[in-house]
Parts: sequence; structure tokens; C-alpha cells
Amino acid sequence: MDQRKCECGHTNPVGTLLCESCGKPLNVEVYEQTAFPDMRYEGMARRSQTYTKKWIDRIWNYFSSVKIAIGIIIVILVASAVGTIFPQQQYIPVPVPTEADVARFYTDTYGVLGTVYYGLGFHNLYSSWWFVTLLVLLGTSLVICSLDRVIPLYKALSKPRLNQHKSFLKGQKLFAEGELAPDVDQAELLDSSALALKKKGYRIFRAERAIMAEKGRFSRWGPYVNHIGLILFLIGVLMRNIPGFYMDEFVWVREGQTVAIPDTPYYIKSENYHTEYWSEEEMPAKLELNGGVIPKSFQTDAILYVNKNAEVPGKKPDLIEVQKGPIIVNHPMMEGDLAIYQSGVQEMQLGALNFVLVDVKQGNKELGPIKIDLYNPAAEQEIAAGIKVRVLDYFPDFVMGKDGKPATQTNLPKNPMVALEIVDESTNQNEKLVYLQGSVLTQKSDGRFGLVFKKPDLIDISGLNVRIDKAVPLIYFGAFIFMIGVVMGFFWQHRRVWVQTQEGTVLLAAHTNKNWFGLRREVDGLVEQLKLPVTVEEKTKA
Amino acid sequence: MNKTNRTYVRVAVLGLLLVALVFALYSSFVKDPNAVKVGGDAPNFSLEQLNGPELALDDLKGKGVVLNFWGTWCEPCKKEMPALQEQYNKFKDKGLVVVGVNIGEAPVAVEPFVKQFGVDFPILLDRQSQITKLYRIGPIPTTFFIAPDGEVKEIFIGQLNEAMIADKMSKILPK
Repeated sequence: MDQRKCECGHTNPVGTLLCESCGKPLNVEVYEQTAFPDMRYEGMARRSQTYTKKWIDRIWNYFSSVKIAIGIIIVILVASAVGTIFPQQQYIPVPVPTEADVARFYTDTYGVLGTVYYGLGFHNLYSSWWFVTLLVLLGTSLVICSLDRVIPLYKALSKPRLNQHKSFLKGQKLFAEGELAPDVDQAELLDSSALALKKKGYRIFRAERAIMAEKGRFSRWGPYVNHIGLILFLIGVLMRNIPGFYMDEFVWVREGQTVAIPDTPYYIKSENYHTEYWSEEEMPAKLELNGGVIPKSFQTDAILYVNKNAEVPGKKPDLIEVQKGPIIVNHPMMEGDLAIYQSGVQEMQLGALNFVLVDVKQGNKELGPIKIDLYNPAAEQEIAAGIKVRVLDYFPDFVMGKDGKPATQTNLPKNPMVALEIVDESTNQNEKLVYLQGSVLTQKSDGRFGLVFKKPDLIDISGLNVRIDKAVPLIYFGAFIFMIGVVMGFFWQHRRVWVQTQEGTVLLAAHTNKNWFGLRREVDGLVEQLKLPVTVEEKTKA
Repeated sequence: MNKTNRTYVRVAVLGLLLVALVFALYSSFVKDPNAVKVGGDAPNFSLEQLNGPELALDDLKGKGVVLNFWGTWCEPCKKEMPALQEQYNKFKDKGLVVVGVNIGEAPVAVEPFVKQFGVDFPILLDRQSQITKLYRIGPIPTTFFIAPDGEVKEIFIGQLNEAMIADKMSKILPK
């Protein structure tokens, strides 16, 4: 049977706790508040809970359970906590170029636990398949729990019950009943109650022998608004996986260098990098810095270009300037969805070596300056008329190899070694010189050419973080909606007061979803103002 | 709402959520959709050649291509270089080309190295490591064996010896 008839004549769907028409509890004959059904969904039938015929209904009902939702939340919390025990893959302090190296790192560093940690995907928690599944399950639970409750609640609240059954009123936590003197005009009593409650900001529903006063109904929608916010938030997080929605790259760019930003048609040039420090006058108190300094800002003056030749990666770029300006910490350069953040620096790095070539035989007569650009040494340069300097060998990060030959450890000029050949075309003389670690080795002990050291070019290398995150507006919007829902639900209460006259008695009942103290004060005020012959009792649920 | 409607609504809502789940799982398994994979096409690029004009990978279509990423600082690359050269000599007339991509070094550092090992296959200079990033190069040497139609047949990370090179090269020769 799909329906159940109340004694008032109304037929209710199966699962209804309080008659939709008169509010009388349907299943049990309750006269005591302790056995009165929960008011949470106004005693409406949550139909999802009453039919479990098809498999689809079973799935639906499973997700409709708040217990399941709490279970999912707890599992997510525990997983997130476990994910902080060992570092996530991106924070491994040593290079791990391949997946096998990652696995080895966890096993070698943390033993068996590390192996398990890696095996279960905790090293990349947020993108592990089971964590992502949990998040989607949470989203599913949010959607279904909300739908299943908000619809019956909306139906119940949009047609307020006026002529409530006495047992409904009696079942409320705040209830009072009193004999009326025979000379009291019952209609007038209800009118003045309505007026008094209206002054308190209530909305009045009036029937012949009953009034219902209600305020703050919208606060009941708070939790659902809040859930909509959460769902938007989760959709935003999911959207980051759509190609082109999310990018997080890092580029190092030297002063004067123009580099390609990976996966975009853009190039960026650093014109200058500058760290500003607080001066002593600016400091509020005298600090014992012992000669140290405190940085104030980190700034790269950059030019952003777009490459018109971007279809073939690596092809000689055809650059057009799009914008120019400073990039300061927390003040990224924005180009559409692309944001370029100042996020690292290597200051005072060797950029070029400077020498002056001298003729030892002529009392160290200066022949001309030599500049060796350590990132791109010129193969040959003419120093003076007929005198050329050639780079024979260049090892940017010199190390003596196992085979006894010079070699380089990296492609960065950390410890440069340069082998130079100096050719005087007029005399057909040539001599070899080697620069290494601040000294010059000469081929002959009585050579003609010598090098005088000058200050090397020191450059700053900016670390720039390049990001695209198109989901951010949606994530913020979701968070904003979430907050609105929280505020709606927290700072307002749904209060209802029922006043009825029945055969020489007056019945008063009140309900709120929170802040019973506030409601009690309003009800007491009403009783006092109208001199109602009742004593309000506040019952507690056993 | 009657029962049939309710079932449809439930199927629709659960279906939508299932799509979200599949999408989320797919994107957690395929972390880098642009990574170069065996069986996929080798992405085209163009780089300046050491002592030569720009060379694009697409220019080599119709030939088997051995794409070797290396640097002068890398010991196994040094050891592998003569073997690559040796096999290049054997296979170059059969429609195969070896392309060395040097990672981010200046020509003056690359040239002596190339001369020392007597390398005469094309050496490309990836000055800004752009192509190195495009091909997701981790440890070097890393070598891609690319069929004449541009399909990546094999990716090998680490030092190759002559026998291995010969074996892998013979699999990407044009028919």
C-alpha cells in the first residue's frame, strides 16, 4: 500500500511521520514529547528511504545516508593525515628522475613502511586513484543527501500546517495549555497574539481558531546552499584535469636571457633582477643583525613575448613583445590566464670572465680586453689588430675525469675551465693559455702573452613560477557560496509559534531549530503581554 | 513524482556522477597526456645544428631515426658515443639516421667533444632545453628509436652497447 490515511482525512505517502495536513504523529499514538518524531524534515516522508526495490534505489539509498557520508569524510581525513607522515613525491630532497628511483627512495629511506606507503600511492596522495575516487564519492553523497532532504523539506515548509492536531502541539518542546475564562473573546485573543508576534518580526498565518507565526525560514536552506558551494568547489578541483585548465611550471632566466615558457607560445626575458633590503631607518626597533640584512622585495624586470613561430618547438622564434614590467613576490605578471610569479633567485652567479691580454715581453703592455661569456663563449674574437683569441676547449663545471682528461660535471658554469689560443697573425705566433680556478696556466714558461684578471660579470638568475589555473574563479565562487550557506544556517534560526483555541482552552506551542533560549524569551514575552493563563514548560527529550 | 519518473531522475543523477568518477580516475591514471610514449608519434621539433642549418624531425620522415639526448658531462653518453657512430656508419646507407641532441651547452663545449669522438652524424643544439622538456627527458643518455612513419618504437634510458644499438636499429629500417 502506497498511502496511509490520517484520522483527519488526509492521505499521506508511506514513510510520513507527521500528517502533512494536521501534524498528528502517524505511526504511534504519542502524547508525550519523548516519543515525538524528530522535527528535522518536518516529519515528511523521505521517499528514498521507503522504496528499495530496484538496484538503482539501493545505490541511491546507500549514498543518501548521512552515516555513509560521515564515514567517507573520516576515511578522507585519515588518508590525508597519513599522507603527511612521509614527504610527498614533489618534496623528495634528492633527484628522482624515474619512477623506479621514487620507489627506491621510499624503501631506502623509510624501510618496509616506505614500501607500503609508495605501494598504496600515498606518495602522490592527491592524484592517487583511490583518493580521487573518495572525493567523487563524497561529492555523490553530498548531491544525493541534499536532494533527498531538501525536496521533502521544501514541500513541507511551503504549505504550513495551521490546524495542527493537539498531539502535534503537545509533542513540541515548548508547550503550554490553559483554561480560558468564559468571557474572553477567543478571536480577539488570537488577533492580539498575531499582532504581538508580528511586532517581533514574525510572519503570521491565520485560520479561524489558530495562528501560526514563523520567522527565519530561509535559515533552513543554509545547509543545502552550503552543499551547493562544496559541490562547485569539487567540480572546480576536478576541472583542473581538463587539458589547458591547469599548468604549473618553473623557469630559470638569467639577466639578459630570453627563455621559452614550456607548453605555451610565450617567451620571457629578464632585463634585470633586484633585491631590495630594509634600511636601518625603516626598521621600527634597533635589531641586532650583526651585519646581516633583511630583504624587502624581490623583483625581476621582465618582458613577455609571444612566439609567432610556435607550431614547431625549438624553431627559431619570431618574438613579439606583449608586455613589460616588474614581477614582484605576490604581484605576478598576468597575461590572460597566465600568471608569472617571482619565486626564486640565484644572485651573483658567474656570467662572464673578464681579462686584459698583455704582452709580457713589452713590460706588460695592454693589448686589449677579453670577455668569455660562460653561457655562450665566442669561438673566436679579435682583441687587437691581428691578434685573435680562440676558445679551444670549454668545461663549465670542471672536474678531472677518471681517464685523466678534463671533463665537466654539469652544463652550468660553476667551476669554469677555458683553454684559449692566442694568435698573432702578423708574426704567426701562437700560444695556449688555460684559465682554471682563478689562475692561468701557460704553455711555455717564457711566453709572450699574459692575462690580467678583471672583475668578472656577475648575474642574477630569477626563478619564475608560471601558472595557469582556470578553475580558480569557480573554486573561489564555491567557497563564497559555502560561506553564505554557513552564515544562513548559523546566524538565523527558524522559529515557529502556534496558538490555538479549542473548547475553552488555549494551546501554545513553539519550535526552533536552534537557540531555544531566544525562542523561550519571545514566548514568555507573549504570555506576559497577553496575560495568557498558561505556564510554559520546556521539556527535554529523554 | 511517480515511480518511473523517480527512477529516471535517479539514473540521470547517478549517471552524471559516474561520468565525473570516470573522468577523475582517467586523469589520475594519465598524469601527463602529452608525454612521448612508445606507440605514439614523436612530436616534431626543429633545432639549430652544430655547424649546419636548422634540422626538423619531420624532414627525416621516411628514414628510421635514432634520437639520442646527451651532454658532455654525462659519462655513459661518452662511452656510448663511439658505439652509436660505429652503428651509424653501418646503417646510414639503409635509410637510417642518428640525431644527437645536446642538452643546453655552448657550441664551443660541444665541438671539441664531437671532434674527439669522431662523430659525424647531425648534432642538434637544444640551447634552452626546450626539446629536452618536450620529450620529458630525465636521466641521460635517453634514446628514442623512431620508425620511418614517425612512430616511437622504443625508448631506452641508459647506456647502449653496439649489439643493442644494432638490434634496435634493424627494427626501424624502412622497408
